[in-house]
Amino acid sequence: MGIEFIYPEFEVVRDRDRCIACRVCERQCSNEVHSYSPVRGVMISDESKCVNCQRCVSLCPTRALKIVKSNCRLRENANWQDETVKEIYKQANSGGVLLSSMGNPKPLPVYWDKILINASQVTNPPIDPLREPMETKVFLGKKPSAVRRDSEGKLDFSISPQIELAMPVMFSAMSYGSISYNAHASLARAATELGILYNTGEGGLHEDFYKYGSNTIVQVASGRFGVHEDYLEAGAAIEIKMGQGAKPGIGGHLPGTKIVGDVSRTRMIPEGSDAISPAPHHDIYSIEDLRQLVYSLKEATEYKKPVIVKVAAVHNIAAIASGIARSGADIIAIDGFRGGPGAAPPRLRDNVGIPIELALASVDQRLRDEGIRNNVSLVAGGSIRSASDVIKAVALGADACYIATAALLALGCHLCRTCQSGKCNWGIATQRPDLVKRLNPDIGSERLINLMSAWRHEIMEIMGGMGINSIEALRGNRLMLRGVGLNEKELGILGISHAGE
Amino acid sequence: MKRVYVNEEWCLGCRLCEYNCAFANSGLGDMVLALKDRKIFPRIHVEGNDSITFAVSCRHCTDPICQKSCIAGAISKADGVVRIDRSKCVGCLTCVLVCPYGALSPGEDGIMQKCELCLENACGAPACVTGCPNKAIVYEERSDPE
Repeated sequence: MGIEFIYPEFEVVRDRDRCIACRVCERQCSNEVHSYSPVRGVMISDESKCVNCQRCVSLCPTRALKIVKSNCRLRENANWQDETVKEIYKQANSGGVLLSSMGNPKPLPVYWDKILINASQVTNPPIDPLREPMETKVFLGKKPSAVRRDSEGKLDFSISPQIELAMPVMFSAMSYGSISYNAHASLARAATELGILYNTGEGGLHEDFYKYGSNTIVQVASGRFGVHEDYLEAGAAIEIKMGQGAKPGIGGHLPGTKIVGDVSRTRMIPEGSDAISPAPHHDIYSIEDLRQLVYSLKEATEYKKPVIVKVAAVHNIAAIASGIARSGADIIAIDGFRGGPGAAPPRLRDNVGIPIELALASVDQRLRDEGIRNNVSLVAGGSIRSASDVIKAVALGADACYIATAALLALGCHLCRTCQSGKCNWGIATQRPDLVKRLNPDIGSERLINLMSAWRHEIMEIMGGMGINSIEALRGNRLMLRGVGLNEKELGILGISHAGE
Repeated sequence: MKRVYVNEEWCLGCRLCEYNCAFANSGLGDMVLALKDRKIFPRIHVEGNDSITFAVSCRHCTDPICQKSCIAGAISKADGVVRIDRSKCVGCLTCVLVCPYGALSPGEDGIMQKCELCLENACGAPACVTGCPNKAIVYEERSDPE
């Protein structure tokens, strides 16, 4: 206490009239906020440990609890805001880099919210998806740019390996280690049921999940954790992760305390050793180097699986994507700056990278201009929050979207942004067995399936409204979009007109 | 017939089932009114230790030993449900002695009570099942009853 004291961020408000002292909150809080005072016969709380994950609020049977932001504030100052000052206090105490989790919480522009979708009126009929066929299926991979014939003039039907998706959404990379076994099980089961894919992230593939291989993207990242021949063979596609939207330009660090048991075996590193993914791939310093890795992976899997290259959306993304499209990769995944990490320094998360909307539009345009758009499919990620975001992304040129935060929310995540503590009360970002069991994959996979089915219905409704009956006809169809409150430059990059034009 | 089964793999030991049970059988419409500042007498009990927990309630045995042992003839079985006629119970605790699951216990009034699958109260379905946050307690038909 004293100079290093920072007043707790949240207050635990307990309605004494309602609290029946059942102690459910106490048993459910891994941060040990709640306790029972036998002397007073009431529940008490230590709000300094509270991260506002809402587990106690959700399970309290009498709704006696709520968590509110503390109003103990420093003197108001528009420049030196409360949070800014407290971060300085924290760093003055610790001498360390600040650490947080999940996506960028800053009020930076969300372009999805400034883009509006068209609908048909009079001159072209809308389509009712309940009465007429509506196609949401997409194929990701290299597409032929011309009709090809063999020496006898017969059509050549051969095509590069493709991923088939029942709807243009996939669960993006979250490693086993950063999230729990049960979270992975939920994602794998839901992806299989939905006919879409989930992504292992850089943690290898647990032996129990090889059976979901045809709905799995296996990732190869800079640490090469868990990569071996069977792993590459197991997936429907292989993803080379060059960067991630929340922390472009830096690697990853899963602390040794989380490298236990199955996580250690799956990552193929000793128990208790830190899993450090370097910032660069040490064998990739150019597009030519990337091409070598792309073809090494293709060679290892007999050219049967598409290779995805995932990059963070940064300033020169269009030129970078152009290079990747010439590297032999089949799919480019672009991760915008609002993507959620399992742990990232907030300085990077909040200040590095560019919005996915602008990155996606500029990449799609660049690849079209250069006549290489058919070389690759584009996957957009980094805070796709709803079916309308998916529609807008597809109209800006995406073949499919990656979602992760939305999927975790379906699994119970309440966005408390403290994944790095490993004490996730919802059983998602933790390896503690007593917490992991809180996520029952029967419930988790069902909720993911519900969410994706709901989005698919909405996608069909919105497409029908536009008079479009297949995702293929929507892709890159920027005439279906209008901007509101955007300047000429922004509209130019997005390649859309302003509302009213 | 449908029975209450416990999947200990998913039991969190939160004890919500005990409180939901006590509330369901209180006959009151408000949990605060029913349970606040009172000792609760649930018909389901969470047992276990630091590494495992599970809820235990009446198994509604095929051949209930509690029924055989009841000196007052208060326990009977009909339609697969073992019930207790609390007006006949003399409180001798023999059923407590013989039940291998510890499924019977005295209520607030000292008279024995047990899980009757919420068929006797206003719930309609076992309250422990509907209130379980992790589907650790389920109410379902299984082909191979114990």
